[in-house]
Amino acid sequence: MTYAMSVQELDSWRQYLADEVFPPERERIRVCTGTACLASGAGRLVEGIEAENKRKGSHVEVIKTGCQGLCQKGPLVQIDPKGYFYQRVKESDAAALVTNALSAGTPIRRLLYMDRDTSQPCERLSSIPFYRKQNRIVLRNNGRIDPTNIRHYIATGGYTAIQKALQSMTPDDVLREVEAAYLRGRGGAGFPAGTKWRHTKKAPGDVKFVIANGDEGDPGAFMDRAIMEGDPHSLIEGMLLCAYAIGASYGFIYVRHEYPRAVKNLRIAINQAEELGLLGENILGTGISLHLDIREGAGAFICGESTALVASIEGARGFPRPRPPRLSNPGGGVWGYPSNLNNIESYACLPPIIEKGGKWFSRIGVRTSPGTKVFALTGKVVNTGLVEVPMGITLREVIFDIGGGIQGGKRFKAVQTGGPSGGCIPEKHLDMPVDFDSLNKVGSMVGSGGMVVLDEDTCMVDVARYFLAFTQAESCGKCPPCRIGTYQMLQLLEKISQGRGERGDIKRLVELGRFVQEGSLCGLGQSAPNPVLSAIKYFREEYREHVYDRYCRAGSCKGTGFFVINVGECLRCGFCEDACGFDAIKVVKDAYFVDQAYCTKCGACYDACPVDAVRILKKRQFELTEEFKIPAESLEVIERRVHMTLRDVLESKPSVVHTVSQDTRISEAVKLMVGKNIGAVLVVDEDDQLVGIFTERDVVHLTAKGVAFGNRPISSAMSRDLITFKASVDVSAAMSVISDHKKRHLPVVEDDKIAGIITYRDLVSYLLPEVVYMAREIY
Amino acid sequence: MDIDALMMSGALERAAKTTPEFGRDRALLIPLLHRLQDELGYLAPEVLQALAQRLSIPLAEVYGVASFYDQFHFSPRGRTVVKVCMGTACHVKGASEVLSLLQDRFQVAVGGTTPDLAMTLETVSCIGCCGLAPVISINSDVVGELSCEEVDPVIQRIINT
Repeated sequence: MTYAMSVQELDSWRQYLADEVFPPERERIRVCTGTACLASGAGRLVEGIEAENKRKGSHVEVIKTGCQGLCQKGPLVQIDPKGYFYQRVKESDAAALVTNALSAGTPIRRLLYMDRDTSQPCERLSSIPFYRKQNRIVLRNNGRIDPTNIRHYIATGGYTAIQKALQSMTPDDVLREVEAAYLRGRGGAGFPAGTKWRHTKKAPGDVKFVIANGDEGDPGAFMDRAIMEGDPHSLIEGMLLCAYAIGASYGFIYVRHEYPRAVKNLRIAINQAEELGLLGENILGTGISLHLDIREGAGAFICGESTALVASIEGARGFPRPRPPRLSNPGGGVWGYPSNLNNIESYACLPPIIEKGGKWFSRIGVRTSPGTKVFALTGKVVNTGLVEVPMGITLREVIFDIGGGIQGGKRFKAVQTGGPSGGCIPEKHLDMPVDFDSLNKVGSMVGSGGMVVLDEDTCMVDVARYFLAFTQAESCGKCPPCRIGTYQMLQLLEKISQGRGERGDIKRLVELGRFVQEGSLCGLGQSAPNPVLSAIKYFREEYREHVYDRYCRAGSCKGTGFFVINVGECLRCGFCEDACGFDAIKVVKDAYFVDQAYCTKCGACYDACPVDAVRILKKRQFELTEEFKIPAESLEVIERRVHMTLRDVLESKPSVVHTVSQDTRISEAVKLMVGKNIGAVLVVDEDDQLVGIFTERDVVHLTAKGVAFGNRPISSAMSRDLITFKASVDVSAAMSVISDHKKRHLPVVEDDKIAGIITYRDLVSYLLPEVVYMAREIY
Repeated sequence: MDIDALMMSGALERAAKTTPEFGRDRALLIPLLHRLQDELGYLAPEVLQALAQRLSIPLAEVYGVASFYDQFHFSPRGRTVVKVCMGTACHVKGASEVLSLLQDRFQVAVGGTTPDLAMTLETVSCIGCCGLAPVISINSDVVGELSCEEVDPVIQRIINT
């Protein structure tokens, strides 16, 4: 420790720094050096700018900031004092940037962000749609300051909150503010931080710990990393406030080993804070102390679970244990000391809460989930990156207004929130507000804040399988429901996605999922089935297609679907024949077709076709093309959104079938038809096999021809050109066939037995609700 | 490797300061494993044995802890470590294709090292660079927005590293 400041000295130093560090007229270039921008070449850009400075003899200040959010358009650059915002800046632009910063000129047009909707360039950050709806509280300093320079943090009002707390608030006051703010844990579960703090504060004992959970293991989430890398001091200040409120004097920041930059920046920040007397013994001369240390994880997802994290800090395998005791109870925390564990983002919320008051915070967002939440918006969305939005914003606003909609003009399918513990939310819930309770209600969760947008090319079975494969691999193995249950679920999902699903697999999956949810020891197992269950809940149809039709509508599951070539569109280029490794593409009379006996459904021909003439059909569709020679292209019209089979229609009406033998007299048959009020009778032979049908129309024909019914047997007048259907045939397909053949009665035959007869009227009354529904959609 | 000297180093001294006396040896186990692996490249049996002796923890437990965590390795690794991100965003944008391409090109299984110790291929659950998916890391550098068609420059870069 070189020099210990007092609280008053910190205050006056801050006022001095405010003028010294960021004078408003100073030319400076803020380059985003978040991990994503570094990957896009921000490091070389900074070197380029510095070299240009040297060459010119100019003194344009370069600030290497933390993540500015719009990761996809990186490297990002802001020019002060004019406030221009540039994206996709290259190393070769360095000279232009320096010139631009020095001169009072207009912005460099080609580097500006183009608004897709208005086709207008956006000069400033605040005019870009991506940033317009955001409310940056947690990320307030990200993109503005150099995270490795404590002077920057202090100059922008850093450590004001702890100063205020130490000067004018008791620990209880701080706690009451946090309770008034109703800050809910940003790690995912949403447990009120104030309540947790109070538990820890009440616990007996002098030694207490504050722990920050930076084991951000959820694939698709990186907000904690942005805070640790880009604004580490706000985390430290948040932990200081917590330590002050609950009386803790030791603390840990548990960081993933995969985040080396975060560890580095945090180390620097802790050292700087200690040198200034903001950490360590006798903080700012008040007699309070907090020793803070970093603990690195080692690649175990489970260590994000609180009790497993404690085990890992203690140097053991990261096994969770049953609760209680909770971490806040004596005997529950690290080495048995009461410990308060919060997420990185929760701590970063604290300085503004103490500075501006809990009431201020509770007015942002919605009443039950106040404040803002940082989401990592990724996947098939135009603008990917970190967004901080007030709670209660709708998913549609996040995905379409901020995210700019779906890439490549594709259709939105679902958004996956909460990573491996969350679920998929379909389009119908897009207007739902984003907060802890609303997302839980639809079977997902806020979780750590990952938001992965899925489009029509994403298979929902594959997504569920992906997440389950992750949790299955990361399951620590302590409790059997999780260890064995997730394994079995994964086996089922792999079977389904490989086109080997069996009847009942979906039900088994759901039952198993519920069992794993109920029986598992910790949050990992309890939430592991969520992605699967929510996907089945909203996209059951897709699962059924995989199981019953061996079909993947996204075309991403290998081994599913029936490949056929649309002869009308085929160019006969032969690319498919070359691509096929199994000689399944055959040529007959100059026309290509797929020999199903050889086809392994690898999809090579589908990828190779330059005009998309290779179609992937469902099993049922394929059977129809084979059986009724319906061309594959008209099947798409026939296939409707709702898949109803003739069995559904049969089950909706009384199952009486009237049959007569071949030698029945016509007059008797007509009497029967009148008596039973039916339009047709089926004619069977001695073995009860269907041989013909006698309908009202036949009566009309006979009458028109002037044929007397007399004693003539029905076999002389019945129609023999029967079209029979299996009960599993789609209603729409059956309708199209009988319309083409001008039939009004559909005999349904199963295993050589007559299962029933369906008339045109049956179809109309059965389809009536659907027709009404469609009409409502149109008007 | 002198474990005693390592334990006196700055970072570990700080670790000791925030740790109660009775749990100290065990609490230093994971940080020490990290340090040893950083310096030696991997954790050889002798190293684990020496560590067990110094911390008075049975070797079985030392190995038990080390093998629980994915990031500790017990065999030599390549000079270049390529990690393919398998995060959600990377997954939906085709990370598995990139992975199989690299496997084919270098004839190495996931988690494996080429016989000449030039390259180790691994997967990682998420690098946290989802905005640039699909992403791989080559040693500590992150390379983003890969596509199977444009993977050749990356392969060249791996060979040159």
